[in-house]
Amino acid sequence: MSGIRDIGVRVETPLPEDHSFGNVRPILHEVLHALERLADTGEPTTIDLRALPFGPGEEERLEEALGTGEVAIRMEALGESRIVECAFPGVWLITHYNSHEEIMARLIEIAEVPAIIRAESRDMRAGAASLRRRLEESGREHESTDAATPQPHNTTHETG
Amino acid sequence: MLGNMPEKQTLGEILEQQGVSRRGFMKFCATITSMMALPPSMVSAVAQSLENAKRPSVIWLPFQECTGCTESFTRSHSPTIEGLIFNSISLDYHHTLQAAAGHAAEDAKHQAMEANKGEYLLLVDGSIPVGNPGYSCIAGMSNEDQLMEAAEGAAAIVSIGTCAAFGGIPKAKPNPTGAVAVRDLIKDKPIINVSGCPPIPMVITGVLTHFLTFGSLPELDHEGRPVAFFGQTIHDRCYRRTFYDRGLFAESFDDEGAKKGWCLYKLGCKAPTTYNACATVKWNQGTSFPIESGHPCLGCSEPDFWDKGGFYEPLSATAFGPTSALLAAGAAGAALGAASAYAARRKQKKAQESQT
Repeated sequence: MSGIRDIGVRVETPLPEDHSFGNVRPILHEVLHALERLADTGEPTTIDLRALPFGPGEEERLEEALGTGEVAIRMEALGESRIVECAFPGVWLITHYNSHEEIMARLIEIAEVPAIIRAESRDMRAGAASLRRRLEESGREHESTDAATPQPHNTTHETG
Repeated sequence: MLGNMPEKQTLGEILEQQGVSRRGFMKFCATITSMMALPPSMVSAVAQSLENAKRPSVIWLPFQECTGCTESFTRSHSPTIEGLIFNSISLDYHHTLQAAAGHAAEDAKHQAMEANKGEYLLLVDGSIPVGNPGYSCIAGMSNEDQLMEAAEGAAAIVSIGTCAAFGGIPKAKPNPTGAVAVRDLIKDKPIINVSGCPPIPMVITGVLTHFLTFGSLPELDHEGRPVAFFGQTIHDRCYRRTFYDRGLFAESFDDEGAKKGWCLYKLGCKAPTTYNACATVKWNQGTSFPIESGHPCLGCSEPDFWDKGGFYEPLSATAFGPTSALLAAGAAGAALGAASAYAARRKQKKAQESQT
């Protein structure tokens, strides 16, 4: 044998692609029950995917089973978060990343709208104060600009 | 509940100063709730507690250790989410991470101990040699004296890693330095054991966050470990458990069973008797854990894991002689589970007896 390239290599898939470790169906059932509860009573549910013992490829299969719906939201707060409505309205897949794009948390939220999307009153008040300040500042700038600029009727008098 | 934390800025104030929005804060809370292995319904309670949490002082003493635990811990934070946790503790003394050296470092430690007496959290990694202080000393002080001095004013002690928690590798036979665990020396303080060689980074952060959030220690198991992370065996949560239950085992590392990802019990996997969160929290940003990579669990978060027979011998080997007879009899997975748990308990008892 003359070199490493001459050694025959056969790549084997360790498990068939459709192999199940038994986690996907129970979670889909849990989602179903939570979705029915949401529709009947309005009670939301969150499932923490980190708490589940997924086998290789199982999380991807769960994601495929949940599918993709009409809404996709990208949130920028302490790193990116991707919030995607699944094929079943009211079921959201939430992935929180840090600034290194590492996954920090993965949740399925069964709710009308994910709670984290709602603007909080403290942020809204801070936003209103900031907008008011900006308007006041630009108002003052506007006034000072007006004072410095010669009034049109004066020039009319001079030329007239 | 532990003593009141120092009257300093609350975490809510720190985050507000850093310009963290409410959404950012809630994302932070969702992440750490998951990290602490609490149910997602606890997020708002966590948010409320965290907002008012005070910045605790932390003193970290490394003894007979390899720095693997510190490496693991520093991998657990990044400039964003866990970084906020890291920033929200006041790490007043840590040999490896601190910039100060010599007398300045020792003075800083004593100042922090004095200013936060009865309130600081003492983190320890590494075992403590008793007898000859020359085996391991820092600034002319033996590890034992350093531990006793720092423990006196601590609110609680967190033993990071199997060495601090149970003696670990330094304590393995013949234990040349006379190494002992923190719990062997300290009897009058709450001690929380975060075992593992090293512990999972998220578990270290989770325990610190629990203290930061609730100002108390989490619920502990019979070995003083937080139940949230050590409440179940790795085997109970292993994705290969279905193969075990069906009696499908890898017999060698290159046979068909190994390639098909069958159970590694017969190759020495210690998961049935090892309590840890590896199967769910996983390692390297949730990439995998040893069994997922095709290697049996070594049982590194259990007391005396180094002296419990060979890493590649099945749990039943020592207690029942050659395993072939037992396994060839077609023992079902469930029966095997009961047998292995019994065997391991016997072995643990034997190991404890030989230590005393």
